[in-house]
Amino acid sequence: MSASVSAREEKSSAASAGGPLAAFRNVGKSFPNGVTALKNLDLAVREGEFLSLLGPSGCGKSTALRLLAGLAEPSEGDILRRDGSGPREIGFVFQEPTLMPWTTVAQNVRLPLRLKGVARHEAMPRVEEALALVGLGDFRDAYPRELSGGMRMRVSIARALVTRPRLLLMDEPFAALDEITRFKLNDELRTLWRTLGCTIVFVTHSVFESVYLSTRILMFTPRPGRIAAEFTIEASEPREAPFRTSAEYGAECRKVSAALARVMGEG
Amino acid sequence: MAALKPSPGERAPHAERRLRYLLPALALAIVIIGWDLAVRLNSIPPYILPGPGLVMETLVADWSVLSTSLMVTLETTALALFAATVGGVALAILFASSRLVELSLFPFAVILQVTPVIAIAPLLLVYLEPNTAVLVCAWIVAFFPVLSNTALGLVSVDHNLRDLFALYGAGRVKTLVLLRIPAALPYFLGGLRIAGGLALIGAVVAEIAAGSAGKGSGLAYRIVESGYRLNVPRMFAALLLVSLAGIAIFAVLTFLQHLVLRRWHESALKQER
Repeated sequence: MSASVSAREEKSSAASAGGPLAAFRNVGKSFPNGVTALKNLDLAVREGEFLSLLGPSGCGKSTALRLLAGLAEPSEGDILRRDGSGPREIGFVFQEPTLMPWTTVAQNVRLPLRLKGVARHEAMPRVEEALALVGLGDFRDAYPRELSGGMRMRVSIARALVTRPRLLLMDEPFAALDEITRFKLNDELRTLWRTLGCTIVFVTHSVFESVYLSTRILMFTPRPGRIAAEFTIEASEPREAPFRTSAEYGAECRKVSAALARVMGEG
Repeated sequence: MAALKPSPGERAPHAERRLRYLLPALALAIVIIGWDLAVRLNSIPPYILPGPGLVMETLVADWSVLSTSLMVTLETTALALFAATVGGVALAILFASSRLVELSLFPFAVILQVTPVIAIAPLLLVYLEPNTAVLVCAWIVAFFPVLSNTALGLVSVDHNLRDLFALYGAGRVKTLVLLRIPAALPYFLGGLRIAGGLALIGAVVAEIAAGSAGKGSGLAYRIVESGYRLNVPRMFAALLLVSLAGIAIFAVLTFLQHLVLRRWHESALKQER
């Protein structure tokens, strides 16, 4: 599975899973400063999967995520979205928690609903629900700076979940956290993904994180980014902490790391 | 300086805080005693240099005149600061929402700022009624820090938060009210603190330029008038009041800044420790 995946294969495999939630068709993205971040990129996001976009820094994987969110427009090609997965149906988690420091945890989580014009009495129960999902029910009146880095990231995830999105996009959300916190949030995120049944696209530069979390990994080439390889991680569900030390996990990591080394060598 | 170093235990920060008040008080006491001694030992006549005791006596004796003047100057300063806040914030929001307006008007705001107010005051006195001219002078010097700081704050929004607002389809008004204005608040308050001092300076400068034409007779006018009459003790007393007014304005605005930012902004949190 480490060979390049052509657009045609991508399309047919996605179609068999009931059609992709979103798909890139020959997408390119260049910036005014002359940098070409993405070129001839084809990918499909399948409903219900946990998809990781894996690649070295600056390979355009974050740009791909922003295009998927509708935060930027492609310079070439098309992005197709199934009805109901337009930009408004998307939750986005940035690398930093990106909270408003001047207001409380609850008001931060309420923000997406407020921007969509949901009335307060309707919004607050959903805010409580989202905070409970990430285990921060008792911190609704705290200010972001009173929380630890991991807790802030949980608030950020609660904010992304409060609109009950079908598609959750995450841009290296745990990269700045210490390893213990990262492992804990990895487990919590997997539990959320299984219980909520949403689709997650997760950008990361960590082979180990992507193998642990994903059902499928798309590996990017160095800039301009294209898909270099695709991996399906068929480990049993639910995955829990022992999976980290299992032979199965080690084998998958070795496979993905070897492919990454090859891709970097070619680049 | 050993006391200023962080050391284990609670005593060091406590001692430092006490020193922070004690040392300036001690320095002030030394200066006042030295001043008093110099006047007494050299028998300097009061119309050259009054001693600190005489200044305080004059402050009490002339309190009815001086307090009226103090109120006039404070009123001018407060009105100018209020107008500067409203004008500066409104213009900053206008600049932030329209690049075209910013490009056309910002140079003139700068020109207004860099032209010394003492040079504009006589002209304003020609065209405006003296009290209004004084107010306009104070406004001119006070409004620029509010404008430039607020304008900077309105564009200094975390770009990820801006993306987040875009993602959820927030319009310009919602983005302004829920994101840009709160983000600009610390910048605005910093500008306001500078503007408070400048409004007082503007008022004093304009009162001096207006001279006897000013019917309002603020503190600066009292200083000029007492100078003509060689009433040096009263000059000092009025000067003392101007100084105290400046300190009070600064203290009030600093406290306001602390109140508004104490829950979330780094600047306020450091003070709390």
